Amino acid sequence: MTDRDLALKSFALRRRMLRLIHRAGAGHTGGGLSCLDILSLLYHRVLKVTPETVDSPTRDRYVQSKGHCVEALYTVMADRGYFPDADLDTVGHYQSRYVGHPTRKVRGIEMNTGALGHGLPICLGMALAARMDGGTFRVFTLLGDGELAEGSNWEAAMAASHYQLDNLVAILDHNSLQITGPTREVMSNEPLDEKWRAFGWEVRTVNGHDYTALTRTLTTPHPGRPLFVIANTVKGKGVSFMENVGQWHHGVPNDAELARALAELEAAEQRLKEAVA
Amino acid sequence: MSAPAPSMFTPAARAMAGKLGLKQGRANLEEFADTLQALATADRNIVAVTSDSRGSGKLAPYGRALPGQLVEVGIAEQNLVGITAGLAACGKKAFGVSPACFVTARSLEQIKNDLCYSNVPGVLVGISAGVSYGALGSTHHSIHDFAVLRAIPNLTIIAPADNFETRESVRYAARAPRPVFLRFGKAATLHVAPAGARFEAGRAITLREGREVAFLASGETVVHALLAAAQLAEAGVSARVVSVHTIKPLDADAVLAAGRECRAVVTVEEHLVHGGLGEAVAATLLQAGLAPRLRIVGFPDEDTVTGTQADIFRHYGISMEGLAATARALLDRKS
Repeated sequence: MTDRDLALKSFALRRRMLRLIHRAGAGHTGGGLSCLDILSLLYHRVLKVTPETVDSPTRDRYVQSKGHCVEALYTVMADRGYFPDADLDTVGHYQSRYVGHPTRKVRGIEMNTGALGHGLPICLGMALAARMDGGTFRVFTLLGDGELAEGSNWEAAMAASHYQLDNLVAILDHNSLQITGPTREVMSNEPLDEKWRAFGWEVRTVNGHDYTALTRTLTTPHPGRPLFVIANTVKGKGVSFMENVGQWHHGVPNDAELARALAELEAAEQRLKEAVA
Repeated sequence: MSAPAPSMFTPAARAMAGKLGLKQGRANLEEFADTLQALATADRNIVAVTSDSRGSGKLAPYGRALPGQLVEVGIAEQNLVGITAGLAACGKKAFGVSPACFVTARSLEQIKNDLCYSNVPGVLVGISAGVSYGALGSTHHSIHDFAVLRAIPNLTIIAPADNFETRESVRYAARAPRPVFLRFGKAATLHVAPAGARFEAGRAITLREGREVAFLASGETVVHALLAAAQLAEAGVSARVVSVHTIKPLDADAVLAAGRECRAVVTVEEHLVHGGLGEAVAATLLQAGLAPRLRIVGFPDEDTVTGTQADIFRHYGISMEGLAATARALLDRKS
């Protein structure tokens, strides 16, 4: 799948995620839209795992530390064939296995997450296991800005470089907003690059909506060090009235808002098709 | 600083142990460390994870012999549990080894989510559990752990009484398909398991039959219950002693048999009286319609008295003399 194919697909994925959240009556809309391109790229191009290899001991592992953006994850996984698209209509419903945070009840999900600051330590354990078994797979996690205030991340940051885990990648969905407001006002995490470098990580900054740049960033080796990717993203990306608006952190579109958002995304997809054609 | 190791027993209690032929064992922690090293030598998938705790966990020889199967995380208990869970999720049999006081409080959310909710078969070993650290004080005591861990689904909780139960519980944990919490003290223990005893998680071991009062005890308190039962027998009182090594899942059959067959039940644990073995036993009895005379022996809801583990046990009546008196008072009660 080319970068253009992925870019075109992103509009359909965004629409599907918004319909999911609208139907469920709950969800993390803004963050889902900000990390969706990263997830799509991971599952289409970077992670060495497919629906057929979810039980292989040598598959790459992905653990979504910012578990609240599960709607984006479910949407991308359904698109990749891990489970039927129709299942997305059951998220959060009574007795559904599609819980409102990642759960191993869903085929292909590695760990139950949702409490923040848990993904990175878990991934360390996975990366150590990979090394003990001969370095057969890589381990990825996705973190949120607000999540970096959890101290457990920094315990793991220290240990990952101590063990020189160059099979470990942490991606920050750096949309700079959290539930209360801008992260720099709630609890500033800057300067991010200097902090992670000081902890011994290879740090790369990238546009988190640019498939070409993301691919290069995530596939270039980083020998002897774990990789921290600052993926600059836009919260609510792709829907004009949601972009960079804090209330859409877990805002649920009403019928009219959904219709407007879907129309915007369809128009943008059409423009991209015409621009390249 | 480490608490000195005074005798856990009065001269009379020691004499009674001699009469019963109880042999001196070593600290359960040492038994754990040797058992784990033997298992790990045979199975390279076994990994120990320590938080600057390999010395207090008696794992220094393990670390020297099997450096590739030990992960040191530094003083970072949350990371220890997360890493243990990640290793376990990738097919390793990971044993996270850390002082019980820290790992069951500071890392409770990691235990709840990363191990139990995610259902990966990691093992946590709470070392120097209960009041093993003695005079180091409440920061270093874990007398809350049964209570908080019992409230988390999908965790087997084991507190072995002696070297036999320790060895067998470590072997069980190494093959268990679900998360397990083991808890060990650091004082030398006496062997209480009868010859030919069989260990099964969730199945209590009856150490002594009796019909009037039943001691349902756990961990390092069991030996004191056994001595108390022997003292009571000399006074003509028939006392049963059951080692309830598995706090959860509780052996309801053993509890209900005690409630049906004895007039009184005394539970004993190295834990606060709230939320531990005693309350689990009480709930099991009452919900089955049984209401024997009952006394929960443990530490009261107060600032625990300063002293060694032996001092603290004696202060709160966890001794041959104290438990025998508790049983007698319960049996003699007018109503």
